[in-house]
Amino acid sequence: MKHLLSINDIDRDFALTILDTAAEMAKVTEGPVKKLPTLRGKTVVNLFAEDSTRTRISFEAAAKRLSADVINFTAKGSSISKGESLKDTAQTLQALGADAVVIRHPASGAAHRLAQGKWINGTVINAGDGTHEHPSQALLDSYTIRKHLCGGTGDLSDIHVAIVGDILHSRVARSNVLLLTKLGARVTLVAPPTLLPHQVEQWPVRVSYNFNAVLPTVDAVIMLRIQQERMSDLYFPSEREYSTLFGIDSDRLGLTKSGTILLHPGPMNRGLEISAEAADSEQSVVVEQVANGVSIRMAILYLFIAGSQESVNG
Amino acid sequence: MVNSILIKGGAIAGGSTADLLIKDGVIAEISPKIEAIADEVIDASSLVLLPGFVDLHTHLREPGRENSETIATGSLAAARGGYVAVSAMANTLPVADNSAIVEQVAAIGKSVGLVDVFPIGAVTKGLAGDELADLGSMAHSRARVRVFSDDGNCVSDPLMMRRALEYVKQFDGVIAQHAQDPRLTEDSQMNEGIVASTLGLKGWPAVAEESIIARDILLANMVGARLHICHVTTAGGVEIIRWAKAQGMKVTAEVTPHHLLLTDESATSYDPIYKVNPPLRTQGDVDALRQGVIDGTIDIIGTDHAPHPVESKECEWQNAAFGMVGLETAFPILYTTLIANGSISWERAIEVMSSTPAKIAGYQSHGRSLAVGEPAHIAIINPQGRMRVDRALLASKSKNTPFHGMEFQGTVVATVFNGILTHKVDVRSEKA
Repeated sequence: MKHLLSINDIDRDFALTILDTAAEMAKVTEGPVKKLPTLRGKTVVNLFAEDSTRTRISFEAAAKRLSADVINFTAKGSSISKGESLKDTAQTLQALGADAVVIRHPASGAAHRLAQGKWINGTVINAGDGTHEHPSQALLDSYTIRKHLCGGTGDLSDIHVAIVGDILHSRVARSNVLLLTKLGARVTLVAPPTLLPHQVEQWPVRVSYNFNAVLPTVDAVIMLRIQQERMSDLYFPSEREYSTLFGIDSDRLGLTKSGTILLHPGPMNRGLEISAEAADSEQSVVVEQVANGVSIRMAILYLFIAGSQESVNG
Repeated sequence: MVNSILIKGGAIAGGSTADLLIKDGVIAEISPKIEAIADEVIDASSLVLLPGFVDLHTHLREPGRENSETIATGSLAAARGGYVAVSAMANTLPVADNSAIVEQVAAIGKSVGLVDVFPIGAVTKGLAGDELADLGSMAHSRARVRVFSDDGNCVSDPLMMRRALEYVKQFDGVIAQHAQDPRLTEDSQMNEGIVASTLGLKGWPAVAEESIIARDILLANMVGARLHICHVTTAGGVEIIRWAKAQGMKVTAEVTPHHLLLTDESATSYDPIYKVNPPLRTQGDVDALRQGVIDGTIDIIGTDHAPHPVESKECEWQNAAFGMVGLETAFPILYTTLIANGSISWERAIEVMSSTPAKIAGYQSHGRSLAVGEPAHIAIINPQGRMRVDRALLASKSKNTPFHGMEFQGTVVATVFNGILTHKVDVRSEKA
């Protein structure tokens, strides 16, 4: 496995290896010396053709903790914003000797094009492509769910997860559906019909329009960010109505079982899809997701670049 | 200058074999054995002679986008594909919405001299959908335009469509509609369905095509005008046209070779070589389109030959251009998908490739039978010939074929246009 473009690129066992490796990485970063020499001499390029703060700094922190050299290549003020093609950008990175390119891009499939265009030899890690996938986010979500609900080992059998909100435009949802079901979890999508993909019934999930009915049955709830511009595209009548039907607040949280956890990939729209009380509640693991994100990305970089599965401490 | 050609032993229109002599641009003699001295003799034993092909849907890109294709390179690609007439779509730069442009395109086509180039006129000025183009002056120009289309765009305003249909009746014109509701397809990237949902590419729903087809059939019927539906792609569209024809309504329909062969599954590569408008659909749609060709619901094969330079395809899917080249692969695809397996006869193949498109467009010297005294427009086919598509070998200036590396049966080994050999491969070496 050279590239991580989609959750489809990894099988169940390798997904579990990533989660296990991330747990090892977490132990290291909790220690007094937060750095490993594993990727010393390797160059990781963060190619961010779309604004992103948390994913970029998460990958940057992960690469630095593995001692890689990191080059940040972001949209604003770069050649990308001047209309340079993906091919030319890729060839530039190739000439710079990139061992891995972490790419965030507004076009679905951009990571595939980078990996399959034969423009570049290094590993390509998809850090979010358009409305397609965001594999590292799904891995960190599964890692977080496993840690809280499965004792941090094994797969996610018998876990029921609701993914709530703008499924249609969400790369987080697509990667999560693939990974959660691969790991044995049951998934229910909760959204207005306008924000569900066409023929979603062919996905291995259940669909509900009734958030309240789903809440008592789930072990984890993943809330998705709703983009303000969706309203003008006629997907729902008003923010207030969306919030009333599909937002989570402390009242709705009260419908869940006591151990149910609440996730959100960030950035949150407090007061729209999630209330401040819900976001800051004891059931919320949103802040922990950020920390877990670094561990997961360390595991991904380690497994895909170092290309071996020897002990992290070895 | 070669002015006589003797074609020996070919199956005339797929029927019995005979020798065929061409002199001064016309078919001079057809008989079992012709002993004549000709400038060129072609051994056509085991080959099939068909009336030269007529394409109603060709983007030649000149004027304005000569980096993609020119009338000269497009004409050569057409000749290689067995074509003797092509219809140059109006979406050039500037748009072919006035008599000057259509006369220029026709004149360049004539000077190239490899095929007849018939310009299609725009329906609306600048393809913008706001005002009618100079329909009458294009019709009465030296280019004698009879087919009008905003192809690339849909004439989406129902009143504009009604007026255009009515207006062109005065010179027996036809409106060729690119059926695509623009509001339902804003930023659409590929067929709306499970593949698009999984890939996160914005969907182009079948209903955006079908609703316009239904609307325009009703409009054309009301005003008694001729309507041609470009590139039908959906099973529902085929069903609506079948219904209309059963009612006796005047509508004709076209399908492209790529929609007869490829499906939206190809988009999983994210390679924009498969990005085309209207998009590749599902296997169910492909099956319905083939059935439409078989039962006559679909009248013609139109290539929608759409050349684009490398940089327009060597990028992210959503930033790539729509379209694929098709002149040189059209017949081999038709042969492979429908003729070789006996789904359609040679007679039906001649209708969809030659006689019906000529009739729809009013190209009177084309689509005629292979008979003495008729213009010598002939495509010579090797039914056993095999073609492995190599984009580097295409005559088209652009190489954006989705068929690179694919193998088809049924090759065009020679083309005769107005009694001139415009294309010929070495049949013996091809057979070897």
